[in-house]
Amino acid sequence: MVRLLLSMMIFWSTQSLAVIETYEFSSPDLKLRYKALSQELRCPKCQNQNIADSNAPISRDLRAIVHEQLEAGATDEEIIEFLVDRYGEFVRYRPGMDSNTLWLWAAPIILLIMAVAVVVTQIRKDRDRQTISSNAERANRLREKFDGDLS
Amino acid sequence: MQSLKRFLPLVAFLLLVVLLVRGLSLDPTELPSARLGDSLPDFNLPVLGESVSRQAEDWQGEPALINVWATWCFSCRVEHPYLLELAQKGVTIYGLNYKDDPEKALVWLDDLGNPYTETVVDKDGLFGLDLGVYGAPETYVIDASGVVRHRHVGVVNEQVWNEQLAPYFEAGPMAGGSD
Repeated sequence: MVRLLLSMMIFWSTQSLAVIETYEFSSPDLKLRYKALSQELRCPKCQNQNIADSNAPISRDLRAIVHEQLEAGATDEEIIEFLVDRYGEFVRYRPGMDSNTLWLWAAPIILLIMAVAVVVTQIRKDRDRQTISSNAERANRLREKFDGDLS
Repeated sequence: MQSLKRFLPLVAFLLLVVLLVRGLSLDPTELPSARLGDSLPDFNLPVLGESVSRQAEDWQGEPALINVWATWCFSCRVEHPYLLELAQKGVTIYGLNYKDDPEKALVWLDDLGNPYTETVVDKDGLFGLDLGVYGAPETYVIDASGVVRHRHVGVVNEQVWNEQLAPYFEAGPMAGGSD
């Protein structure tokens, strides 16, 4: 019974491994680069997943390509370029800067400048109000003092 | 100045509305082919059911459709009758049997009819990869000099033909009549 159970467990565990294939790499460095690349490349079919997470056939193909080219000695840039040539800038989760993505890259900087501008003007306004109120306070205090002296 | 400031939230709101309406009318799944305006990538693939092979140059001379299909692809079955109709009108359609079993593909064409001038077999999908195919069905338009002009992802039907594909065929030598 135990043996049957054990063999069933082993059977099922290999099945679950077969869902997303594993690759053998000739060096641990390649494995790291494979991991990084497959997380940075976007699946053209299932558009909100990277190719590492996706089960789509095209993602499986792209993972195979990445593995193959890594082992063949291609650089990360070469692999990305290879895929961008075929599937467009779309496959990159970190798109390069061109006329299409200019706003994407510029927006955070513009927003930051706007935020800083708002904060600075607000602080200036507050400071002005504080000086005014403390001036008024000083005047009040003086008046009280004079009033006391006079009486 | 003060009265202008009062309208600032309204202006911001209207800008946001314009942005969102624009966003709603865009199709985020639409992905223009990276190969538009380029010549068809080189290939050398066997013709389905024959012992000859074809290269990219063999498909030059007139505008044509390249239809990516496979027997495992359900939507391909859906668009098949319309492809037959197009072929009847005189439109040249080349088939790209994508990651499929050639035996099954032959049976499919026998059963359902063959709209293709010829079909090449891309068993491991390598030409598909060069072309930027990411599923089936996909349909490409090439012009007379073999340059990729358009890609449609999904089923080709009358509406898709009239709106997206037919214009590429009207100028050519074989108008085919888009009635």
